[in-house]
Amino acid sequence: MTNTSSPLSSSLANSLRSGPDQRGRFGIFGGRFVAETLIPLLFELDEAYRAAQADPAFREELDYYLKDYVGRPSPLWFARHLTEELGGAKVYFKREELNHTGSHKLNNVMGQILVARRMGKTRIVAETGAGQHGVATATVCALFGLKCTIYMGATDVERQKPNVFRMHLLGAEVKPVTAGAGTLKDAMNEAMRDWVANVADTYFLVGTVAGPHPYPEMVRDFQSVIGVETKEQITQAEGRLPDVIVAAIGGGSNAMGIFHPFLDDADVKLIGVEAAGHGLDSGKTAASISRGRPGVLHGNRTYLLQDKHGQIEEAHSISAGLDYPGIGPEHSWLNDIGRAEYVGVTDEEALEAFQVCTRTEGIIPALECAHGLAHVMKIAPTMAKDQIIVLNVSGRGDKDIFTVAHHLGVKL
Amino acid sequence: MSRIQTRFAVLKQEGRGALIPYLQACDPDYDTSLELLRAMPAAGADLIEIGVPFSDPSADGPTIQAAALRGLKAGATLGLVLQMVRAFRETDSETPIVLMGYLNPIDSYGPAEFCFDAAQAGVDGIIVVDMPTEEADLLDAHAREAGLDIISLVAPTTSNSRLFHVLRDATGFVYYVSITGITGTSSASAADLEKALPRIREATNLPVAVGFGISTPEQARTASRIGDAAVVASALIKTMAGTLEDGRATERTVPAVLAQLEALAAAVRA
Repeated sequence: MTNTSSPLSSSLANSLRSGPDQRGRFGIFGGRFVAETLIPLLFELDEAYRAAQADPAFREELDYYLKDYVGRPSPLWFARHLTEELGGAKVYFKREELNHTGSHKLNNVMGQILVARRMGKTRIVAETGAGQHGVATATVCALFGLKCTIYMGATDVERQKPNVFRMHLLGAEVKPVTAGAGTLKDAMNEAMRDWVANVADTYFLVGTVAGPHPYPEMVRDFQSVIGVETKEQITQAEGRLPDVIVAAIGGGSNAMGIFHPFLDDADVKLIGVEAAGHGLDSGKTAASISRGRPGVLHGNRTYLLQDKHGQIEEAHSISAGLDYPGIGPEHSWLNDIGRAEYVGVTDEEALEAFQVCTRTEGIIPALECAHGLAHVMKIAPTMAKDQIIVLNVSGRGDKDIFTVAHHLGVKL
Repeated sequence: MSRIQTRFAVLKQEGRGALIPYLQACDPDYDTSLELLRAMPAAGADLIEIGVPFSDPSADGPTIQAAALRGLKAGATLGLVLQMVRAFRETDSETPIVLMGYLNPIDSYGPAEFCFDAAQAGVDGIIVVDMPTEEADLLDAHAREAGLDIISLVAPTTSNSRLFHVLRDATGFVYYVSITGITGTSSASAADLEKALPRIREATNLPVAVGFGISTPEQARTASRIGDAAVVASALIKTMAGTLEDGRATERTVPAVLAQLEALAAAVRA
C-alpha cells in the first residue's frame, strides 16, 4: 500500500465503533472507578489484552476454540411459523442458544480465559446472575484446569438450581451471597472483594460489557462475533442488512455483541429490551436506562437505578440474568446519542413470548431473550412483510422451566 | 495552615503518631453516632474519619457493610452527614474530620455543591474509595477551591513510579491501604510496613496514615510509629455492633466504643 493518508483511520475517526477513548470512556460513560489497589491490575490487563489483540497466534487460538469447542458459527434461523403468526416483518433468530453451555456467554469467556492464561493467572473468580456466565466460566476452568470461584446471589441460587448444580459438577466453588437482595449486584460486589484480596494469582472474569475499563471494550470485542456472523448470514439469506435488530439487555453483552458491527449502518435500527419487571412505573423494574439516571457503580459511570441520594436500588425481573440495576456504559452512550433505542418488556409479556416461541418454533428460549421476543411480537405486525427483524436468541431456556412452571401454576 | 496540617505538626512535636478512629454516620442512629463523634476527641482521637453509608460498599468487609446498612436504615444521606459535622463543630473546632465513602452519593449531590457544603460544614478532607487518581478530576478543582483535601489512597500494588504519579499533587495526608484486601479482614505485619513506608516517603513529604486490618492497641501503636497515623475502623464497629439490641443502641453502646478507643489511644501515646 502506497497510500499514506490512511483512509481506514480517518473513516474510523468518524465511526461510532471507535470507542472507548484512552480513559475508557464512551462519551461521559465508562471509566475506571475502582479502588487504587485494583488500578495497577487494570493497566496490566489492558496491556495484556492489547498484546493479545496484536498477536496473530492469539486470534488463531481463539478461532480454534470458537469453532471446535463453542460450536461457532451459530446459525441464523428464519422463524417462518412465528413470522406467519405475527403477520408482518420476517423474523430471524441468531441462534446463540446453540453454543456450548447454552448461551452467548461462552464467546466472551473463551476470549478472556485465553487472556488470563497469557497473564499467568491460576485462579478465576466471576459473578453470575442467571448462572449462564457462571456455567460458562466453570466450563473453561474445567477445560484448562484452573481453580474457579463463582459468586451468585442467594436468591438466584434458589431460582437457578440447575445451573448451580452444573457449576458444581464442573468443579467450581459456588458462593451464595446473602447481602442486599441476593442478586447479581450483590454477587458483583462480592466478586470484586475477592479479587482485591487475591490480586496476585486471581483473574476477575467479568461476564458483561460493564465494569472498569478495559472490561466493557474487551467483552464487547469478544461478543462482536455474533454481529459479524449475523451481517454475513443475513446478507447471504436476504441480500441485504436487516431493518431492525432486537436484543434483551441486563448488563448488555449479547446486545452489544450483535449491535456493535452494525453501529455504522445507519439504516439498521437497534433496539435493546430492558426488563420492566412488574412495569416501568411499578417501582419493581430492572430498566436502568428507562427509569435510571447516570451514576457510578462497579467501576463505571452508566445509567443506574438509584434513589435521589445516590443509593443504588434493587432491580426486579423474573429473569435472573436481567436483574441488575445498571447497564454497560456503551449502551448508555448509544442511548444518549440516539443510535440505539431502549424499551421495556414486563415479566408477563416475557412469559407469554416464552410460550409463543416454544410453540411456534420448537425453541425454548431463555427468559432473558424472551424479553427481546416480546418486543419483536409488538413491532413485527406493524411492519411490512418485506422488512426484516433479527432477534438475538442469546440463550436456551432449560434453566428457566422451573420459574416458568411456577408462574404458570404448574408443580414439577 | 489547615486543621489537618496543624494537627500533624503538633503531634510531630509531641513525637508520636496519630490515632484516627472511624465511625459510620447514623450507625445505628443519628443521635448515637453524633454522641460518639463528640466524645471521641476526649477519648484520644487525633483525627476522625466518618464513613458515609453507601448501598454497595465493594471495598469494605462484612463489618462495615453491616454498619452502612444500619446507617442507611436510620436515614443517612450525605446531607445528614454534613449536618452531623456542623453539630460537631459547635463544640470542637480543632479535631480534623475526614469523610470516607464512595463516589455515587457525592456525584448525585453534585461535586461542586458537595465540596462547598462539606467545607462550610467543617469537613477537612475526603477519601473517595472508588475514585482513583485517573478519575479525580471530577472533584479536584472543586475541592481545591473549597479548601478541602482529597486524601490520596495508595496500596501495596501501587508501584514506585505510580506512587510519584498518584502523590504528585496530594494534599492533607496519604492513606496507605496496608493490605490487598477489604476492610477489617487480614492485617499487615510490622515487617510489611517497614518495607512499604520508605517507598511511600520517597514520593511524598505528607504524613502517611496506615489503615485496613488494624484492630489491636499493639497494631495501632506499630502502625502509628512506622507510619504517621493508625486508622482503626472495623474493630470499633464490631464492638459497637456487639452492644446493639435488635439493631438499636443501648446504654452500653457509646461507653464500650470509647473504652476501646481509650485503650488504643493509650497504646499510641505510650
